[in-house]
Amino acid sequence: MMMRMMILVLLLCCISSAAPEETHDEHGGGHNITGIPIVTFKWHHVKPPYTVALWVLVCFLCKLLIEANHNVTNYIPESALLICFGFILGGMIWGADQVQTFKLTPTTFFFYLLPQIILDTGYSMPNKLFFTNLGAILVHAVIGTCWNAATLGLSLWGCHQAGAMGNIEIGLLQYLLYGSLMAAVDPVAVIAVFEQVHVNEVLFILVFGESLLNDGVTVVLFNVFDAFVSLGGGAIDAKEIVKGIVSFFVVAFGGSLLGTVFGLLVSLLSRCTKNIQIIEPGFIFVLGYLAYLTAEMLSLSSILSIVFCGVCCQKYMNANMDENSIQTVRYAMKVFANGSETIIFVFLGISAIDKTIWVWNTGFILLTLFFILIYRFIGVFILSWILNRTRLVPVTFVEQIIMGYGGLRGAVAYGLAVNLNETNIKEKNLMVCTTLIVVYFTVILQGVTMKPLVQWLNVKRATTTELTLVEKVQNKVFEHMLVGIEDISGQIGDNYWRNKWRNFEEKWMSRVLLKPSARKNQDRLFNVFHQLNLQDAMEYVKEGERRGSLDFIRNESAFVDFKKKLEEDYEEAMPDIMADMADDQNGASVMRRDPVPSISLEMHEQNMRGLREAEVINSHHLLDQHLYKGRKQHRYRFSRSHLDINQDENEVQEIFQRTMRSRLESFKSGKMGVAPPKTITKHTKREPQPKMPNGRNKNYHSGDEDFEFSEGDSASGYDTSFPMRVGYRAGAGIENPAFMPDLDPSSPLHIPPWLADAGLEVNQVAPSERAQMRTPGHLHRLASLRSRARSGETDQDLPPPPHRDDDHL
Amino acid sequence: MGSSRSSLRRVPDGQQLLQETGFSAAVLLRLHQRFQFLDKDSRGHLRSEDLEAELSENPMGDRIVGAFFQPGQETVDFPSFVRVLAHFRPTEKNRTRGGEQPEPANSRNRKLKFAFQLYDRDRDGKISRTELLQVLREMLGLQVTEEQLQSIAERAIQEADLDRDHAICFDEFRKSLEKVNIDHKMSVRFLE
Repeated sequence: MMMRMMILVLLLCCISSAAPEETHDEHGGGHNITGIPIVTFKWHHVKPPYTVALWVLVCFLCKLLIEANHNVTNYIPESALLICFGFILGGMIWGADQVQTFKLTPTTFFFYLLPQIILDTGYSMPNKLFFTNLGAILVHAVIGTCWNAATLGLSLWGCHQAGAMGNIEIGLLQYLLYGSLMAAVDPVAVIAVFEQVHVNEVLFILVFGESLLNDGVTVVLFNVFDAFVSLGGGAIDAKEIVKGIVSFFVVAFGGSLLGTVFGLLVSLLSRCTKNIQIIEPGFIFVLGYLAYLTAEMLSLSSILSIVFCGVCCQKYMNANMDENSIQTVRYAMKVFANGSETIIFVFLGISAIDKTIWVWNTGFILLTLFFILIYRFIGVFILSWILNRTRLVPVTFVEQIIMGYGGLRGAVAYGLAVNLNETNIKEKNLMVCTTLIVVYFTVILQGVTMKPLVQWLNVKRATTTELTLVEKVQNKVFEHMLVGIEDISGQIGDNYWRNKWRNFEEKWMSRVLLKPSARKNQDRLFNVFHQLNLQDAMEYVKEGERRGSLDFIRNESAFVDFKKKLEEDYEEAMPDIMADMADDQNGASVMRRDPVPSISLEMHEQNMRGLREAEVINSHHLLDQHLYKGRKQHRYRFSRSHLDINQDENEVQEIFQRTMRSRLESFKSGKMGVAPPKTITKHTKREPQPKMPNGRNKNYHSGDEDFEFSEGDSASGYDTSFPMRVGYRAGAGIENPAFMPDLDPSSPLHIPPWLADAGLEVNQVAPSERAQMRTPGHLHRLASLRSRARSGETDQDLPPPPHRDDDHL
Repeated sequence: MGSSRSSLRRVPDGQQLLQETGFSAAVLLRLHQRFQFLDKDSRGHLRSEDLEAELSENPMGDRIVGAFFQPGQETVDFPSFVRVLAHFRPTEKNRTRGGEQPEPANSRNRKLKFAFQLYDRDRDGKISRTELLQVLREMLGLQVTEEQLQSIAERAIQEADLDRDHAICFDEFRKSLEKVNIDHKMSVRFLE
């Protein structure tokens, strides 16, 4: 770490000392060419981009240093540490140059650093939470900010009149202007501090939403007062004030509308980008940035524009784009946003070390700090009191304190301060100075004390657990219930509007903006289910790798064919379709239709490209292979055409022992009827049920030791597994619907694989109790996955055995 | 308030209902008016058809309607109507309950019980897999295949079922929802 510090210092000294040298080089180069230079030092040639790149590198290295001592971030937020680094670096440059050559200029900040951060927040905004609390957020953003601006400006002016600030030339209007630029809560700072604190989501969204939406107000107030200051006090009359108010609505709504338009544009584009998936992720960045710049051009609120662009497009983009693109977008956004944030804070620190801007006026600075805090708290309390009378879930007093304390000012205020017109405002430096001090105070001091305060006050924290299926189902039930109750009791409430919006959105917007395949997969409940399955698959793969199973490597080629088949028929489908392939009755029949050609090698390569779908499929098949390897192998050998004897004696023994054990246990439990499985094993064919492919054969070979066991096992299998592995039953694909209606739902039916398909047609297969016991104990949820995989796998029994044997060996 | 107090006399058992449900007099009056509106033939009670007419688009419509009717009964009178709606009143924070007072209708427990009964139509105290499946089918029906529904149902039960009887009893139901803000999700602002 010390080495890195040394390198940083050296780099910076190089940069700063290179500055005066450039002229020297130029002169030298221009006049004294005597021969052909082999190598020349063309610093001037590359200076601008080089400096930029170097600074970015330096900022990232700072972040690296911070993360190297990760424990510090538990006490001091990263942003504070970055500012301190900025101080150090600024000090070094100052020492080398005697002048601050680098500072955070408003152009750089507003055009190159801020947009990415806001785009990221918009894109990853929890929409539902945001819009549910939109009323409260707007009240705080608009009224709260106006209150802050007015009170700060007026109080400072009052104190000035009272002489607390000595001799400075600031008039009332300038105070109001200053108040308006200091009033806004800064989104960057809020994210930076709150992300480490993890307060509950409602509280977070209130503060955070306010910080985003107040930009509309800030822009208007700043421009209005700026204009007033330029025009001079005499020009203010009612007309101007009215114009000011009107401009607020125009700026705010115009910005939001513009953002929405761009968001819809991106969504529409994402619908058509199926063939250029490699560039797909780029669109959101470009269009987001254009939204920002267009709003800036039309003097509307650019932050609102880019926020709404992100907010509107997220749903459609996530549905339409390929999984890889989604990951890319998400990750790239985070990279840019984090990078920008780092650079902003470092430069905020550096900008302070500049003697030219430092004007110290104790009264001004201290009073500003004091008033900002006080008025923030007062504003929050008053507004929350008003809002709580109409909210279903009131904001508690403790939460209000956190909201007040979380009113952090940041780089936006600084940017606006630097943008002040010096000719009109004589005391610009004082204002810039004070702004910097306020920013440092809020980010560093309030940032450091936020976490202890949250803990001390016992604020409700964010829940980190994901929703279980029951909760998801129940949430849906609640939604419908509430709409119903509202309908019955004849009132129009939130739920009514929400329902109306949802219907409208489903009917019109989804049709236009979503790909047809994406529309099918929209159901949220289903997505949770899918996510759970994917998680299980991932866990299982990790588990398998950890245990070092070579089966994974050995049998990869085997399930390749499965993927190929799937790909043929389900190109459009999302990966989860693969997971559910076996469930789908159509899938089963399709698989039976296409015999697997000898394309395994090719497909093997495709698989190895590590598509995420492949991963999921692989996991299914890995599970399957891993669990049933033994079984599978001698299943083949016991096909109708091949009657090899099973050579694995140990396995046979194992099976025998387990069967005996489970039989004993089943006698003990004795709750579930044994008859049904026996029935299955006896029959060779069941009449085809409407949903199942016909030929659901339960062929098996009698007379073999194994099958005897298996029969018994099937009988006892689900008994013992019953209490442990409930999930296994239900995996669509495990379950043979042919049998389900016959049984009491509480007694599941397993069709042991060796019975189901001994080398014959495809069937959906139930995991055996044996298989279940072989899985890692805690991963019971994987059962459904496994069985699905298994059923997929059994499809491969279809092709002629010799081919299959090759694959398996 | 005076006028509503006097018109409260028109509401059968008005005073008692006020106390029992915790609604304000104005809200109760409004609900009475609504009841009379729904009761198109002025019979003094509602049948399921009257209520179902309002809920034709709701996937859980018939279940919600069913919850108003006691098992075996075909009509619902005003007090029952209001008692069911009382479940949806937002919970007050500072309830002071004497020991003798019965649990108010809008307590968390009663709300959950109401939600539970939406699933458990046969009132056997457990949500079996078929019952859960039916609910899921109503809510997801067209978009999801039968097998997927079944595995979702199965998985849901598996997650919540603690005593391994493959059904969700009320306690398990309550436990699985302990992180959910029932008060928020099951309350309707009754307008006056």
